[in-house]
Amino acid sequence: MKRIYVNEKWCLGCHLCEYYCAFANSNIKNMVDALKDVTIRPRIKIEELQSISFAVSCRHCEEPLCVKGCISGALTIKDGVITIDKNKCVGCYTCVLSCPYGAVSPSDHGVMQKCELCTQNGGEPACVKGCINKAIVFEER
Amino acid sequence: MNYVIIGNSAAGIGCVEGIRNIDKDNRITIISDEAQHTYSRPLISYLLEGKTDINRMKYRPDDFYKNNKCDIKLSTRVTSIDNEKKTVSTDKDEIIPYDKLLVATGSRAFVPPFNGLDSVPHYHTFMKLDDALALDNDVKENSRIFIIGAGLIGLKCAESLHYKTKNIIIADLAERILPNVLDNECASIMQQHLEEKGFTFMLADSVEVFEGKTAKMKSGKTIDFDVLIIAVGVRPNTELVKAIGGNVNRGIVIDEHCNTSLPDIYAAGDCTESYDISADVTRILAILPNAYIQGECAGKNMAGSDCIFNKAIPMNATGLLGMHMITAGSYDGVTHIVKSDDTFKKLFVKDNRLVGYIIIGDVLRAGIYTALIRNKTPLDSIDFELIKDKPQLMAFSRTDRAKFLGSVV
Repeated sequence: MKRIYVNEKWCLGCHLCEYYCAFANSNIKNMVDALKDVTIRPRIKIEELQSISFAVSCRHCEEPLCVKGCISGALTIKDGVITIDKNKCVGCYTCVLSCPYGAVSPSDHGVMQKCELCTQNGGEPACVKGCINKAIVFEER
Repeated sequence: MNYVIIGNSAAGIGCVEGIRNIDKDNRITIISDEAQHTYSRPLISYLLEGKTDINRMKYRPDDFYKNNKCDIKLSTRVTSIDNEKKTVSTDKDEIIPYDKLLVATGSRAFVPPFNGLDSVPHYHTFMKLDDALALDNDVKENSRIFIIGAGLIGLKCAESLHYKTKNIIIADLAERILPNVLDNECASIMQQHLEEKGFTFMLADSVEVFEGKTAKMKSGKTIDFDVLIIAVGVRPNTELVKAIGGNVNRGIVIDEHCNTSLPDIYAAGDCTESYDISADVTRILAILPNAYIQGECAGKNMAGSDCIFNKAIPMNATGLLGMHMITAGSYDGVTHIVKSDDTFKKLFVKDNRLVGYIIIGDVLRAGIYTALIRNKTPLDSIDFELIKDKPQLMAFSRTDRAKFLGSVV
């Protein structure tokens, strides 16, 4: 299956992926309305230190500890894609405890959120489309 | 091939998913002494708070049994296993044959023989959905609640009643709250937070005698209550395996394949003992992730695969009245403390490994620490000062990062 992969050599640390992610998942049509004066909660996040930077989002693990450990059954894996049912999540943070990459985080509503490869947003992940230096790609490996 | 699973919670469901990973067709029979579709036990406190409901707290969707070709026998208790004839008997006088059996019988609330307990008109325990519904029915606005046990079950129960009544007293024999989850220093932080929210604790104290709806404590204090909840701990349901000579210590003894000492009989979840790799000891790890992973591992092996689970550690994530905490591993070795305005964190390092941690407050990305414990990552292979400050992949080598972010994991 296609996953998001990151090559830190090409990452400029521009944070555009975070903004594209937040916009794509905001359900707001206008980018300015979605992002201006808003504390964004993107599902992909840049780590940076001195000259190194890279984006981190859900790895869609083959043996996902977040899904196996989810106490409510909100996290599921189907055809390799891990998604969360916000209606079932109670915000216990067991997925935060379980994820080896730190890729699950709270949403604005107390329940958790994570990268779902933009399966609800028309296919091609917004972070990949918006990455100006192709440091983030969506492909089979 | 006939698969039989005793138990319909996390370990039993994990087993179904493990079997179906490999064997799509052969019959699976699930036997449960409860009446409900599989639901999440740890969500009962969230149910009382209104953060979920009976429908949403189902652990798997309504069509789970059908989609996985499972026969489900609810409200049915297994009374014995005949490991020579390879059958189980139920309280409905059925005899059900198996080729591979999973015992996922869980645990039950332990009620110590308190003096005078029989003079209390009614008391509650807090483990099952029925317990939660009964409690919800009995607690009225401003009821005086007395909870014995300041562990996770007692405190989550207290939290779930807090919206109805502020009259909540919690007693524990231990000197601190959450004695199995936190150390003294962290427990006192959480205790202070909960006291500010209105809980009253009576620690290092226990009931001398009950006289109706009054508890006389060993300290000499007297507590009048409307509702009594006993949450001192749980005991594994090991009897079925013990009765046929399977190895049982405190829990059912299993190997890395989740096999009991008896052929074709597997066990998983709260009824078993696990090998805790953070402390190199065998102990009961009655936590849902462990139950699911053991059940899934057993299921794969029952279907003929060769699956090993050897990464069990104690771990918990929970929030109590707005304060989050995440803990994992064992609290041994050299302690590193990191404090900030809203967070208190302790990392425990032994023999070049992270063996445990406690975080109260900002718990984001804590799983990066959990992975260090599970994978026994040598700390001299990462930038420990960086990761001590906050969990981050930057602390790993460039090669490791390329593997994490550039390959299928």
